[in-house]
Amino acid sequence: MSAVLPSTQQVWDWLGEVPDPEIPVVSVTELGIVREVRWDGQTLVVAVTPTYSGCPATSVIDLMIETQLREKGITDLRLERRLSPPWTTDWVTEAARDKLRAYGIAPPVDGTASDGLMAGRAARLSGRSNLVIACPRCGSSHTERVSQYGSTPCKASYRCRDCLEPFDYFKCH
Amino acid sequence: MPSLPDVATPDVVTLAERAAAAQSHDPHVADVALKPAFFDWLCRMGDNSLILGHRISEWCGHGPVLEEDIALANTALDLIGHTQMWLGLAAEVEGAGRSADDLAFLRDAMKFRNLKLVELPNGDMAVTLMREFLFDAFHFELLTALTKSSSPRVAEIAAKALKEVSYHLERSSDLVVRLGDGTEESHTRMQAALNKVWGYTGEMFAADAVDAAVAEAGIAPALSDLLPLWQRTVGEVLDEATLSQPEQRFDAHSGGKKGRHTEHLGYILAEMQFLQRAYPGASW
Repeated sequence: MSAVLPSTQQVWDWLGEVPDPEIPVVSVTELGIVREVRWDGQTLVVAVTPTYSGCPATSVIDLMIETQLREKGITDLRLERRLSPPWTTDWVTEAARDKLRAYGIAPPVDGTASDGLMAGRAARLSGRSNLVIACPRCGSSHTERVSQYGSTPCKASYRCRDCLEPFDYFKCH
Repeated sequence: MPSLPDVATPDVVTLAERAAAAQSHDPHVADVALKPAFFDWLCRMGDNSLILGHRISEWCGHGPVLEEDIALANTALDLIGHTQMWLGLAAEVEGAGRSADDLAFLRDAMKFRNLKLVELPNGDMAVTLMREFLFDAFHFELLTALTKSSSPRVAEIAAKALKEVSYHLERSSDLVVRLGDGTEESHTRMQAALNKVWGYTGEMFAADAVDAAVAEAGIAPALSDLLPLWQRTVGEVLDEATLSQPEQRFDAHSGGKKGRHTEHLGYILAEMQFLQRAYPGASW
């Protein structure tokens, strides 16, 4: 007779306590990178999808998930990497978006990922992008993009023209 | 809140359904007749990302301004991430017990299948950006086509990589326009960079038996189909940048895809592979 296994909901709750190593105010479940939790016989399978392909936090996240679940008494564990469907910022939960804002990071504006051909058109329209990112500190929409790339692969660098503070934008992916 | 008018978001639902339907079953991975060509082609994909990623990473700590330094480092990181996926699948297809790391760190130059374009030295920022733009414009169209690959494993890697390469192309085309249509100095340098690397771009579209085999299997598009798409993007951006397409042939240099490289690749590998050669199996 086998021992009673924790429910998958219990496991999801445990994973909800695992912070993202780069942005510790949000959890890995709030980021939407845990894609599935299931029991394969006596083995707990957790499917994790990477944010960016080369994100150096990926292996740290795997380690933190494993550590958390082992501390909760899971001994038979398998982590799977799942590429498809590719992670999108659309999966970042509403609660996490509020936490990001409070942490000083403007949350992603869904549906605004680059399509790769924007620049050619934007140059012709001379206005670059018409995407408005509100300052997470003062709420002003009078902001400017400094760089499409920031301190981590998932962020762009912005500056507020009103409160003059620089801030990160969690860019749509 | 306004959003951009024509943003293409990958059809994630269909991708998920297709991946689920083919979960861990890709008919091409175990196709013995196709194996040599599929493996070679996957190495081309992985090696282009690896060598360009390594080249771009050489700027880390040397960028002209902090934001560009960070952007280059992030681009390199994305490309190395793609390398792990492509060479990981290559190793799986080969089925000889090698890993992505083995392929990256323990092959010699003649076994590398990257384009000569991506191994060229960085030169100044103009050369770095122009080379990246010309490759990005190709990479973007190639990955777009690969999201419809008959191989679900290839399609899911392409869908993942395409999201990042879209940002690469946006950035590099933007900078080519701003610097080409910039000061006299920046314009001169960008034109010189274009003239310098132009002759290496034709290799991207030069199909051989390997390309024909994977196209026949529906894994990859015919390279000739990508050429007009690339020409359109390149033409538009160069026009906007007030740069002139060189009159010289764009396919003057080739051979990289077959393992015939410039002398520059050996120096890259000497640096990149040193640790594994000197201390086999070292890890941290």
